[in-house]
Amino acid sequence: MVPFAGYSMPLSYGDVGQVASHNHVRTDAGLFDVGHMVQSNFRGATATQFLEWLTPSSLSSLKSYSSTLSVILNEKGGIIDDTIITKHAEDAFYVVTNAGRRERDLAWFEQKLEQWNSSEHAKNGTVEMEVLENWGLLALQGPRAASYLQALTSFDLRTLTFGTSAFIPMEGFNLHVARGGYTGEDGFEISVPPSETVEVAKMLSKYPVQLTGLGARDSLRLEAGMCLYGNDLDEDTSPVEAGLSWVVGKERKDNGEFIGAEGVRNHLKNGPPRRRVGFIVEGAPARQGAKIFSGDQQIGTITSGIPSPTLNKNIAMGYVQSGFHKKGTALEVEVRNRRRQAVVTPMPFVKPNYWRG
Amino acid sequence: MQSILKRTLASSNPLRRCYANPSPRAFSQPPFRVRTIVTKRYTAEHECVAFDDETGIGSISITDHAQSSLGDVVFVELPQVGTEVSQHDQIGAVESVKAASDIYAPVSGKIQKINEALSAQPGLLNKSPENEGWLCKIKLSDPSELENLMDEEKYKASYEH
Repeated sequence: MVPFAGYSMPLSYGDVGQVASHNHVRTDAGLFDVGHMVQSNFRGATATQFLEWLTPSSLSSLKSYSSTLSVILNEKGGIIDDTIITKHAEDAFYVVTNAGRRERDLAWFEQKLEQWNSSEHAKNGTVEMEVLENWGLLALQGPRAASYLQALTSFDLRTLTFGTSAFIPMEGFNLHVARGGYTGEDGFEISVPPSETVEVAKMLSKYPVQLTGLGARDSLRLEAGMCLYGNDLDEDTSPVEAGLSWVVGKERKDNGEFIGAEGVRNHLKNGPPRRRVGFIVEGAPARQGAKIFSGDQQIGTITSGIPSPTLNKNIAMGYVQSGFHKKGTALEVEVRNRRRQAVVTPMPFVKPNYWRG
Repeated sequence: MQSILKRTLASSNPLRRCYANPSPRAFSQPPFRVRTIVTKRYTAEHECVAFDDETGIGSISITDHAQSSLGDVVFVELPQVGTEVSQHDQIGAVESVKAASDIYAPVSGKIQKINEALSAQPGLLNKSPENEGWLCKIKLSDPSELENLMDEEKYKASYEH
């Protein structure tokens, strides 16, 4: 058990090692207790416009019961947090944010809601936030996740494609299920009311599903090329630098009015000064903080790195000065005072396995 | 080894002193054979040195407690043979998926040999940390340094709070 964002959380369960646990999610299925994450509802007539002010996403064109990865930006265009936003209707959104950013996010939301609701914008209706305190969030991930879940419901899961969600009847429960996750595998994130968390977790963790800890969660997401806030993203990093320009809605790029738009637009137009890229590293794994060199010049820093259990190679991500970001660029990283070869490699490192119908 | 190794896990090695060759019972010893004593000593950073007083060589390893805290070891970095090291110098590292842990020389001396098998089979460190998974052999320049290290009892007490 380790302390994590105010929770005590398992790195692994029982005597299943991190590599075995990781591999089980890639070949079978694993269940992650991610109830520490912050789940919130935003409701009100102008909820779409409010969230389009807080994020650069195109939420008005997002279909109902669809989700998108997004970013909450500060005034400079730096990332306060990354988030998954699910639209239920124009006036109802379900938002999941990081536990480690709880205080910062909630204070920001409250401040911005107050500003919004007392402004002209709210003349067609105000917006309210409800934090789903003590709700559970369970992520069932892996190639056998769908068949496992299908056995528990009459809902045809083939119709629930990657990035969509639905309320699904399951053994007497009626649960919000979003298809997606943080592993690169097919899977589901299931939101559970406080009184039902233990029972639902038991229902979802029988053979062949294995309980999976934070350790495997980190190695799986890194193989999938996904960012961990605090490692790979922070408030001094724009979505363009982070390789997340795609979260900026097409029709919002030129004149969308969102907080941080000026900084984002500057990076979109003139190119960002640095960029997040993937690496394959020879010899020793490069971890967070390892310096990246081109010749004698330090041109960046590693933000996450592990020996990949799936590829048996050392993978990493980090930021490099623009110009050194192209696929195949040969650079070096410093680990224990020695230079190791690092080649810029496209992400994801492991091919995703999403259900797109 | 670093602070992640603080969890309390039982050591599987009950031997503080191993009488290697042959039985310590004096009356059964053939008169022409020399009894060698292997002394095991531990550091707070979870390294172990098994010192053979006949050859003057210490076999360096990480403890069973350390390997079980680290989890699956996937990469081991070892020093160059011939390197002179001082006690507490960093001489390599052990990496699991979870973390990297530096290895420090528990004693001063010259690296005589490294365990080449670990480059192909880093998992030996989990299976048999203090035997097949040994890291390197050091010819001690000052065996009295062993006196600064812990015996098994003290070592165990150092992490079993």
